[in-house]
Amino acid sequence: MRKRILFFILLGWVLLLIGDRVDELRVYQGATLAMYAVGLASIVLLTGYSGQVSLGNGAMMAVGGYATTLTYNNLQTPIWFAFLMGVMVAALFGAFLGVAAARLAGPYLAGTTLALAVGLPAIANQFGFLGGEQGIYFDIGLPPASLGEDFSPYKWYFWIATAIALVALFITTNILYSRFGRTWRAIRGNALAAELAGIHTGQYKVLAFTVSSALAGLAGSVLAMTISLVSPSAYPLSLSFALVTGAVLAGISSLPGVMLGAVILVIIPDLAEVVAHWLGDSERVTTHLPGLIVSVLLILSVIFTPNGPGENLRKHLGHKKHS
Amino acid sequence: MQKVIDTLLIGLSTGSIYALMALALVLVWRSTRVVNFAQAGQAMLSTYIGFEIASRSEVFWLAVLFAIAAGALIGAGVDYFFMRVLFKHATSGPAAVVAPVIATLGLLGLIRAIVGLIWGGDLRSIEAPVSKTGYAIGEITLPFSPLNTLIVVSVSIVLIAISILFTRTNIGLALRASAYNPEIAQLAGVRTAQVRTIGWAIAGGVGGIAGMLITSYNFLSPNSLDLLLVFGFIAAVIGGLESMVGAVVGALILGIGLTFILNYIGASLIFISGFVVLILVLLIKPDGVIGVKRGRRA
Repeated sequence: MRKRILFFILLGWVLLLIGDRVDELRVYQGATLAMYAVGLASIVLLTGYSGQVSLGNGAMMAVGGYATTLTYNNLQTPIWFAFLMGVMVAALFGAFLGVAAARLAGPYLAGTTLALAVGLPAIANQFGFLGGEQGIYFDIGLPPASLGEDFSPYKWYFWIATAIALVALFITTNILYSRFGRTWRAIRGNALAAELAGIHTGQYKVLAFTVSSALAGLAGSVLAMTISLVSPSAYPLSLSFALVTGAVLAGISSLPGVMLGAVILVIIPDLAEVVAHWLGDSERVTTHLPGLIVSVLLILSVIFTPNGPGENLRKHLGHKKHS
Repeated sequence: MQKVIDTLLIGLSTGSIYALMALALVLVWRSTRVVNFAQAGQAMLSTYIGFEIASRSEVFWLAVLFAIAAGALIGAGVDYFFMRVLFKHATSGPAAVVAPVIATLGLLGLIRAIVGLIWGGDLRSIEAPVSKTGYAIGEITLPFSPLNTLIVVSVSIVLIAISILFTRTNIGLALRASAYNPEIAQLAGVRTAQVRTIGWAIAGGVGGIAGMLITSYNFLSPNSLDLLLVFGFIAAVIGGLESMVGAVVGALILGIGLTFILNYIGASLIFISGFVVLILVLLIKPDGVIGVKRGRRA
């Protein structure tokens, strides 16, 4: 436990140093990376640990982002409280959905969450207070003056996003190594056996959905902060795809893997840009190439390393590590 | 009263397109135990091929034939080159259960990206062979148009053809047998793997028709069939996901119900209502409201 705290503090310090030495674009990407890491953790916890599949965590991110923005803009609360509200509302939403989900087997759950990812962001178009297609502006204000004159807003976002990600991942690690994590794995392994051992599988499944949605909501709030906006197009269906892809690439039941997954997700648009430039920079290629790369990666990894590259590596090295 | 009849008729037309998508999903589910989310992508790609034929030849029915053929080919190809490989590889570990579902999602993303790369994101339209303006009775123009008639009639023909295929032919018998129990079917001499590919091909063709019909009514874009997939899935769930008759009835109920909401309350509640119906069915009668009584295998 103390080692884990030390590790996270060290990681934060290293990130802080890196953040000081790179340019604006990289700092922005750093904030995006932190956002993806939290979003991927929500999938790892849900699918990798409790064995439930959600294709709609992008929708949960939208719930969190909108809740945070509306709280901050309408109630003029401190920013930390707005983030907390985003997490709470998403968790509440997840708990409600989890009650339905706990009774659903794979395909039903997948379909329901996919329906949510398709339809939920578009709901904002139909209710005025959600800002419609343009969305709502979300400005958390300038960084405090004590940080100096040349401290850019993006660096400020990076600091906040990184701090949030480190705390969230620290808490998630602790949850996964606790009684809850073990119980979820037991349910995923064999729900019937877990039930016979006296576990209320339903309650634990709802709990997994709630915690996962809270994490997704947090990631959605961070996303809203980094782009200073919430709108339906900020949480497209492809965001849900990207989350699933990242989680599968990370190794669906490996929490440290979310870092790798997040890095890949951040690199893909850059990579796509290079390739698009090489192909002659048509707008069509730039828009659709990232989706192509994400999908191909998802398909390849789900066929060849469904449990993540790490799992294969461990198998080769002969470690009989319990997954 | 007039409005009620109008709503019923339009709902029938909308519901019959949902029925095709629901049918495609059920066909694949029965044979492979996978809800094929790529169905929307396959249908969309077939419809784009139909769009190309339609804009060159200006013959709607020729385009529909091509869309059906393309859909069937794509469907068979997905099963043969993709699902078979997947089932061979992803057999163990924490992801084995979710791998097929995630794979179809990846395929949906892949097809969307390919279509986007080839045709771009612009809205396309396919000229319908008949008028979109409603029938006129004396002074009044009904919302129900010749195009709606065409949709309902074509869907009925497809449904009749499929029911004949399933009840009167050897292929249909093999399809039903391998859906009911693949192992026993195999022992009885049915080549279940091939039969499964045929099932995917039929589903793909049906999806192609659905795409063409809904596009003659609306527009085509890389994500224009997403909602059709969602409503098709809801319809299939209402029908119990196992039964083809259930899926069709579920789709008609859903189509008429949603059209009533559209006409009497407003468009903003359509998706929410559909979603609430889905959750309610899953909570109260997860085996489907209409479907056959049988244990859920998932």
